[in-house]
Amino acid sequence: MAGEIEKTLNPFMSKESKRQFGFDTRMLHAGHVPDPYVGARAVPIYQTSSYVFSDADYAAQLFELKQYGNIYTRLSNPTTAVFEERMASLENATGAVATSSGLSAQFVVFMTLLSPGDEMVASAHLYGGTVTQLSQTLKKLSVQVHFVDPTNLKEWEAAITPKTKALFGEIIGNPRGSILDLEALSGLARSHKIPLIVDSTFATPSLCRPIDWGATIVTHSATKFIGGHGNSLGGVVLESGKFDYSRYATIADPSPSYHGLRFYDTFGHYGFLMKVRAETLRDTGACISPFNSFLLIQGLETLSLRMERHVSNALAIARYLREHPQVAWVAYAGLPDHPQHVLAKKYLPKGPGAVFSFGLKAPDAGDARAKGKKFIESLHLFSHLANVGDARSLVIHPASTTHQQLTDEELIRCGVGPEMIRLSVGLETLEDLLWDLDQALHAAFV
Amino acid sequence: MGSGSGLACSIRLNTTLTPEQQTVYQNEETIRALLEESKNIAILGMSTDSQKASYFVGSYLLYEGYNVIPVNPRATEILGRKCYPDLVSIPEKIDMVDVFRPISEIPAITDQAIQIKARSLWLQLRLIDLESAERARAAGLSVVLDKCVKMEHGRYHGSLHWAGMNTEIISARRATL
Repeated sequence: MAGEIEKTLNPFMSKESKRQFGFDTRMLHAGHVPDPYVGARAVPIYQTSSYVFSDADYAAQLFELKQYGNIYTRLSNPTTAVFEERMASLENATGAVATSSGLSAQFVVFMTLLSPGDEMVASAHLYGGTVTQLSQTLKKLSVQVHFVDPTNLKEWEAAITPKTKALFGEIIGNPRGSILDLEALSGLARSHKIPLIVDSTFATPSLCRPIDWGATIVTHSATKFIGGHGNSLGGVVLESGKFDYSRYATIADPSPSYHGLRFYDTFGHYGFLMKVRAETLRDTGACISPFNSFLLIQGLETLSLRMERHVSNALAIARYLREHPQVAWVAYAGLPDHPQHVLAKKYLPKGPGAVFSFGLKAPDAGDARAKGKKFIESLHLFSHLANVGDARSLVIHPASTTHQQLTDEELIRCGVGPEMIRLSVGLETLEDLLWDLDQALHAAFV
Repeated sequence: MGSGSGLACSIRLNTTLTPEQQTVYQNEETIRALLEESKNIAILGMSTDSQKASYFVGSYLLYEGYNVIPVNPRATEILGRKCYPDLVSIPEKIDMVDVFRPISEIPAITDQAIQIKARSLWLQLRLIDLESAERARAAGLSVVLDKCVKMEHGRYHGSLHWAGMNTEIISARRATL
């Protein structure tokens, strides 16, 4: 019969409480009931490519999606399923699909939802890799993206055309820490019957849950704070289960690759996610490694504890820099003078994350580049690299690294001035981080 | 709403029923008892089209060991099972009437479900008819609204979890064979 192991992992008769458990409890338990054969308390790593079918009929039903079960790790994996359900539980989502990276999470969303000729309206304040995905790769697929100032609702509204199929933004935007007005944007999306897609990488569900504010789809680079230790790439797509896809041909129309199956009609509120998994993940191969899923689960188990320390260290450092005579500006929405401080308090009451930028005082662009370089070279504790969301503190000077090919004018146009330093504040002893910044600022200005 | 609303979060998803209505018509104990104790399940509106939701649910339940009885006046046999034109024509005792028909047909289906003394009336996803539900309940039937039998079975048997779905099941106890 239908995979005896699979039938008994979550036992029919176990008496789970009907209690609605708290966030921290779900960080540790959601998606994993100890199995009946071994009883492993930690989540086992199912490092396997494929799964033996219990019989030929069952195999046929699996391939037709008439049974839920595992065929091949490109589609699903038991370790990854724990990560997926745990993320879904923490985001109050109906389900989740894990992917190989944050960029692949976004890409499978777009590939599932959009068709050639469609348009999307996106925030201009995005991670650079996302900008090129939207403006270059999606363009190759004949999808046009209009970029708008995310803080100006009128710009969003004006950019929507009859071809617009989604709105997209980061909850905490790059590089100036702008905060997305989730309630206003989800209202706008609802009035146009299109989904709001929010990348919530910088917030994590510990600080903000966009679905609670009306977002339809949430993506994460789990590589960052979710994993939290800078050791594993991964991404995840989550969906609210509340959006009506009946006018989205990509989700509602008969699927040629499943004998005319209508995903939205047959699977209802998880039709979108089934489509992401059974078609887009199948065809793009953007699957996560089971071992990475295991490490990301390890990260999730301490997520709220780490985020508390990340944001308290970040706020203290932002305040310190704000008062420093060699610092021109600090763009952290946790500070009262940030333009979206009120929105940050509304959507991210525990703190607007731990990634932010600040500017060194410099008389001209050339001097700013030189001072930025000297500052970075003088740091002892902040690691100079191109990532964020590690347990360790990280730093980068975009003008001398990721953006060094750009002219001063181009740097300013994309919001990355030559004086800008970006920090990802880690979990170290706060006084040590302040000491390090202080001595490096001193060195840069002697 | 929002992330600052306290420790516990609402994870009762995907229905327009009020919390009070969910307690009555999406009751977890009722659902688990029905899945565990039902044997004969009549599927109202079982399609002959193998890609329709009713066919997915029917083939799933059949494979899981239930006695699936298709009800469709325009078919004689589905999934190798004899098909009946309506509930009153079925010679067996029915434990569950699982409904895939439009909302306008629910009152008449409810009449028949009461007439044949079915144990329960289950309306699939997006089907909510509170008046019929109340009538069925008054006649002694267990009633479930706006839920999928396959999904609920998969939720408690662990297979829905494989699909990355939020089963809302939390337990530190070792599963039993």
